[in-house]
Amino acid sequence: MTGVSSSTDSVSAREAANVERSLVDASLKLPVLTLFGSALFWLMISTVLGVVSSLKLIWPELLSGCAWFTYGRVWPAYTSTLLYGWAIPAGIGVSLWMAARLCRVAVTRQGWIVIGSMLWNAGVAVGLLMILAGKGTGYAWMEYPPVVAALLFVAWLVVSTWTLVIFAKRRPGHVFIAMWYFLAAVVWFPWLILTGYFGVANATGVVQPIIAAWFGGGMMNLFLAATGIGALYYLVPKVTGKPIVSYNLASAAFWSFALFAGWTGLTTLTGGPVPAWIPTVSIAATIMMIVPVAMMTANFALTMKGNFAMVHGSPTIRFAFFGAAAYALCAVLSLIFCLHSVEKIVQFSMVQTGLNHLMVYGFFSMVMFGAMYYIIPRLVGCEWLSSTFIRWHFWGAAYGMGMAIFSMLIGGLAAGAAWLQPEITKEMAIQAGYPYMVGRAISLILLIPAHMVFGLHFLLMILRMGRPAGEPTLLAHGEEAH
Amino acid sequence: MRTKTFFIGITACFAFSWIGLAVLPNGQLGGLGPQIDEEAGEVFPLDINGLVERGRTVYVSQGCVHCHTQVVRDGFNGGELSRQWGVRRTVPRDYIYGSPALGDTRNGPDLANVGARITDAQWHYQHLYDPRSVFPKSFMPSFRHLFSVKKVTGQISEDAVKVTGKYAPAEGMQVVPSPDAKALVAYLLSLDHSYSLQEAPAKKEEAAK
Repeated sequence: MTGVSSSTDSVSAREAANVERSLVDASLKLPVLTLFGSALFWLMISTVLGVVSSLKLIWPELLSGCAWFTYGRVWPAYTSTLLYGWAIPAGIGVSLWMAARLCRVAVTRQGWIVIGSMLWNAGVAVGLLMILAGKGTGYAWMEYPPVVAALLFVAWLVVSTWTLVIFAKRRPGHVFIAMWYFLAAVVWFPWLILTGYFGVANATGVVQPIIAAWFGGGMMNLFLAATGIGALYYLVPKVTGKPIVSYNLASAAFWSFALFAGWTGLTTLTGGPVPAWIPTVSIAATIMMIVPVAMMTANFALTMKGNFAMVHGSPTIRFAFFGAAAYALCAVLSLIFCLHSVEKIVQFSMVQTGLNHLMVYGFFSMVMFGAMYYIIPRLVGCEWLSSTFIRWHFWGAAYGMGMAIFSMLIGGLAAGAAWLQPEITKEMAIQAGYPYMVGRAISLILLIPAHMVFGLHFLLMILRMGRPAGEPTLLAHGEEAH
Repeated sequence: MRTKTFFIGITACFAFSWIGLAVLPNGQLGGLGPQIDEEAGEVFPLDINGLVERGRTVYVSQGCVHCHTQVVRDGFNGGELSRQWGVRRTVPRDYIYGSPALGDTRNGPDLANVGARITDAQWHYQHLYDPRSVFPKSFMPSFRHLFSVKKVTGQISEDAVKVTGKYAPAEGMQVVPSPDAKALVAYLLSLDHSYSLQEAPAKKEEAAK
C-alpha cells in the first residue's frame, strides 16, 4: 500500500471514527431516550408538587383537610420525585451514553437497560404514592420506605452494571477523567442505599438520624456531584474542542473530592443531641471541599479560556457553565453557612433547603439539561427545532430557580435571626420568613412553563420533527466542535 | 494508574466515611441506656407506652417533622434556651426510646418540650383542627382529616373538640378526634425533657447548687 498519502489515511480514519460513533449512538438510542423521557415526566410531576407545597406554606387552606395532600407529605413527595424521578435517571442516561462514547463500545442486549429503567420508574411511582399515603420516613433524601429502596437498588444493579460492562470492554487507550467519576458513582450508589437503609433499620436512638444525615450528604455531595462533575469533564472539552488543561490537577481534584465529600452531610447536627466530634469532622470536611472544587473550577475555566463567548452561542455550554458556577457557589456557601457563628442562625432554616436546591437543580439539573442538548440530536438524527425554545427554557429555569434559591437563602437568614432573639415573639419570628416564602412560590411557578417548553421540544425531537441534521442549533452566531 | 488500584481507591474512600460517620457513632451510642438513680428510685428518660409510640408514627406520617424540630441546642450553639423551649440542651440519652424525629427544618417552633409548655389536650385538638382559630396568622396546615364530625346522640362526647369560628360544627353536631388524633396528642403531651441528666443537668438544679 505504498503511495497512499497520509491525508487519505486521516480521512478514512475520521470516517471510521464517525461510523464507530454512530454505532455507539444507535446501540444506546432506546435505553437513553427511555431514561430521559421518564426523567422529564417525573420532572413535570415534581415541579407541580414543588409549586403546590410552596403555595401551601403561604396559603395553608389550599387542599386542606385532605391527608394525602397535607404539606408534610407533598413536600417530601416533591423532593423525592425531583431526586429519584428526575435527577438520578437523567444522570444514569447521560453517564451511560458518555461512558459508551468514551470507551468506544456499542452496547449489546440493551433491552435490560430498558427493563431496569422501567423497574426504576415503578419504584419512583410506588414511592410517590407511599409518601402521599403517609409511609415516608421523615429523613431528607431518604423519604422512601425500605421496600421502595430495595426496588431502586435492584433497578440500579440492572441498569448500571452496563456502565461497568462498557468499561470492561473499552478500547485500549487513555481512561478519561469523566469516566473515573461515572465509575465512582456507579460503585457508590448501591453501597449508599444498602448501608444507609440497613444502618437506619438496625440502629437505635440518635444513631438513626446520624446515619440518615450521612446518607443524605453522600447522596448529594458524593453520588450526585460525581455524576454531574463527570458530565462536565466530558462536555467542556468536547464542545470547546480542547482537551482538559491539566491532567494532574484533575487527578488531585478527583481523589480529594472522593476523600472529603462523604464526610460533609452532618454539619446540620451541630449543637444537636450527638457527640460534638461528629458535626466537627463534618465541618472540617466541608471546609476541605473547597480544595477539590477550586481545582476543578480552575481546570474548567482554563479549558474554556478564549472560548467563553460560547456561553452565548452553545446551549450545552450555557447550561453547563451555569451548573459549574452553581457547584462552586454551593461549595463556598456551604463553607460559610457551616461556620459556627452563621450555622447557629441558619441551622434549621430555609437556607439548608436553598443549598439543597442549589445542588440538585442549580448545579446538577442544569448540567443534565446541557448534556441532553448535546446528546439527544446525536441519538435521533436531527437538530433542535428552535433556538427560541432553548432560550425560554434556559431563562425560565435560571430565573425561576435562581430567584427561588435567593428567596430561601435570604428568608432563611431573616427567619433564623429572628428565632435567635427571644424578644421577638414566636408569631413574629414565623412571619419573618413569610415574604420570602411568597417569593419562592412565585419563582417556582416560573419553572412550569420552562419545563413544559423543554418537554415539548423533547417530544418533537423524538418524533424527528427537528431541523435536518448537520449544523447544531445555536443560540447566537457561533460554533460548536463536534 | 491501574484499574485495580482505582477501584480499591474509590471503595476505600467510601468505606472511610461510612466507618467514620455510621459505624463509629453506632459503636459509641448504640448501647446507651437510661440513667438509673437507685437512691431516688428514678429512671430517666421514661419509657414510652403504646399510645405514645403510635402517636410518634402519626407524627412522622403526617410529616410534622418537615416543619418542627425536637432539638434544644445549648446557649452557645442556638437560642432555644433563651426562648424557654427547654431547661437544658437535649442529649443522645433523651432519644433512646423509639425512633427520634429530630427534624431539620423549623417553619414552626421546636417541639422537644412542647408537652411541658402546653399540658392541655383540648388546646392541641383545637389547634390541630383549625390552627388559625388559635393563631390567626399561622400557616400550619389544618389536620381536619384526623377528626370526624358526628351527630350528637344523647350526651355530647367527652372528647368533643370545642371548635369556634369558621370551622365550627353545625347545631347538633360535634367534632370528635380519631384514634390517630388521640395518639398524636398523647405523643405531643409526652414530649418533655425537663428531667435532669448527669451529662445535661437541668438549669434550675444548677441554680440550686
